[in-house]
Amino acid sequence: MGPKKSGIEQVPLSSIKDVGSIKENILRIVHKANSSHLGSCLSVVDILTVIYSEIVDKVAIKNKDKKRDIVIMSKGHAAAAYYAVLNKYGYISNLELENYLEDGTKLGGHVHHFENNFIELSTGSLGHGLPYGVGTALAQKKFNSSGRTFVIISDGECDEGTTWECALLANQYQLSNLVVIIDRNLIQSLDSTESVLALEPLAAKWTSFNWNVREIDGHSHEELFSALSDTRGPLCIIANTTKGKGVSFMEGKVLWHYKSPTDEEYADALREIQG
Amino acid sequence: MRNTFAAELLKAARNDSTILLITGDLGFGVLDEFRSELPEQFINSGVAEQSMMSMAAGLASQGFRPFVYSIANFPTFRCLEQIRNDVSYMKNPVTIVSVGAGMGYGAHGYSHHAIEDIAVIRIFKDIEIYSPSDQEETIFCIDKILNRSVPSYLRLGKGGELSLKLSYGFEHTNREKITGDFQGAVFWTGAIGSEVLKAKGQLEGEGFRISATSFPEISKEAICEALNFNVDLPILTVEEHVFEGGFGSSVLEIASDIGHKGRITRLGIDSRNKHQLGSQSFLRELNGLNSPSIAIKLKALMESAT
Repeated sequence: MGPKKSGIEQVPLSSIKDVGSIKENILRIVHKANSSHLGSCLSVVDILTVIYSEIVDKVAIKNKDKKRDIVIMSKGHAAAAYYAVLNKYGYISNLELENYLEDGTKLGGHVHHFENNFIELSTGSLGHGLPYGVGTALAQKKFNSSGRTFVIISDGECDEGTTWECALLANQYQLSNLVVIIDRNLIQSLDSTESVLALEPLAAKWTSFNWNVREIDGHSHEELFSALSDTRGPLCIIANTTKGKGVSFMEGKVLWHYKSPTDEEYADALREIQG
Repeated sequence: MRNTFAAELLKAARNDSTILLITGDLGFGVLDEFRSELPEQFINSGVAEQSMMSMAAGLASQGFRPFVYSIANFPTFRCLEQIRNDVSYMKNPVTIVSVGAGMGYGAHGYSHHAIEDIAVIRIFKDIEIYSPSDQEETIFCIDKILNRSVPSYLRLGKGGELSLKLSYGFEHTNREKITGDFQGAVFWTGAIGSEVLKAKGQLEGEGFRISATSFPEISKEAICEALNFNVDLPILTVEEHVFEGGFGSSVLEIASDIGHKGRITRLGIDSRNKHQLGSQSFLRELNGLNSPSIAIKLKALMESAT
């Protein structure tokens, strides 16, 4: 666990300071590589930043400690955001980050595990991270580890059957150490989640599966910190987010699931992020 | 075979708490002893094969040795992408155990027939395939799996298989310890071995000299080993699996690669027969996989070579 920051004399979370340069890196590498999923990256980046900055024991992860916290980025298409966060906290070198999507890169367009790195699981096909995380959380319990498993999924991923299989399994195995964070940006691949395959009432669904459910503003680092510090699991954090957050012409647009910014759009986006 | 598996795994798990037996809510009467003696090492995932497989991969990633047990296609086809991405690609040492190999579930029908499984699993080079013929080979396979820490697939008969009483002539294959001037060879994998040996016995009674090799593991090493022993002999391959992509196909590919000069013919399941219902012995006969049909095929092969 990171330092506790509660009470009256609240110190600002360092994640708030960190996330600016992370967003700049995301914009830069996605623009440079002419790749996609920028909207998804900007909706999930605050979640990832708070997890790594404030919640997990970074030294234990670096040491590959058997009792470390385990983070699984199941929303594999927002890989650029994950790589930029891992770079910020020293798990991916600047050189590797710059090679994102280059020939021979270690950083593919979907989250890519390679030997001896700190990415627990390659993802990209939705619905794999949560069941894998049920396995690691179960392993942590069997080892009497104090480590927790954090799985970040997209709201579109809630269409997958395995999400609901795991909603049952985590409750059955009483996985108090399992946290699923849903990046609830309301947009999936082709349209809004509610017009494709309606998820609401989403919180009630998880509650009915006997999960501890917290619904928060997924861009508020304080709310993320508070929810992620709740150790009464299995815990489902519905993080209400905005696709393309922070860039006015990207916010809430399906288009930015796919589009790569032009030079002009990149300059405008960077200005807004820095503003 | 499945009872041998359960007993052997229990024996190993008593001394190794990392061994886990995970079932997709199947194994009534077969897994009971394991479950009651080692409840902490037994997990029932419910009827949720996809999550079961990824969960097993997650457990394996943290140092456990999960054996995922289910019937026929449920632990393979039902969760093939989980096997591909989370087990094979991630090289997590999960052992997938499929019971009811071939048409072991007889009149239960096609949903319960594991007849295309070798073809799909062998695509994944990171998964080792084990397909024992009898109890002794099942023990050989479990020992080998436990001594290696890699993804594995164990294909088991439903039960009641006879002991073939072969002896391990080689590291990878199982054969009679005889050498001689053979006229032909027969290679098989799995419980169909009992039919093959009956056919072989009949032909030996007619004066044929036949080299017989069982493949409890289907690997390049095993096939090379057997081809090198049976240099340029005509070979019949027999499997309770469709012709496409199975054991016989593996033999043909490797024989071609190494330039084996003898003729190779195959026996397997004609997939057009998949709508037929009946007992395992009826379905074997229908597909030419009973001992008289095997004898006819093998005899014709040897006679055509002379």
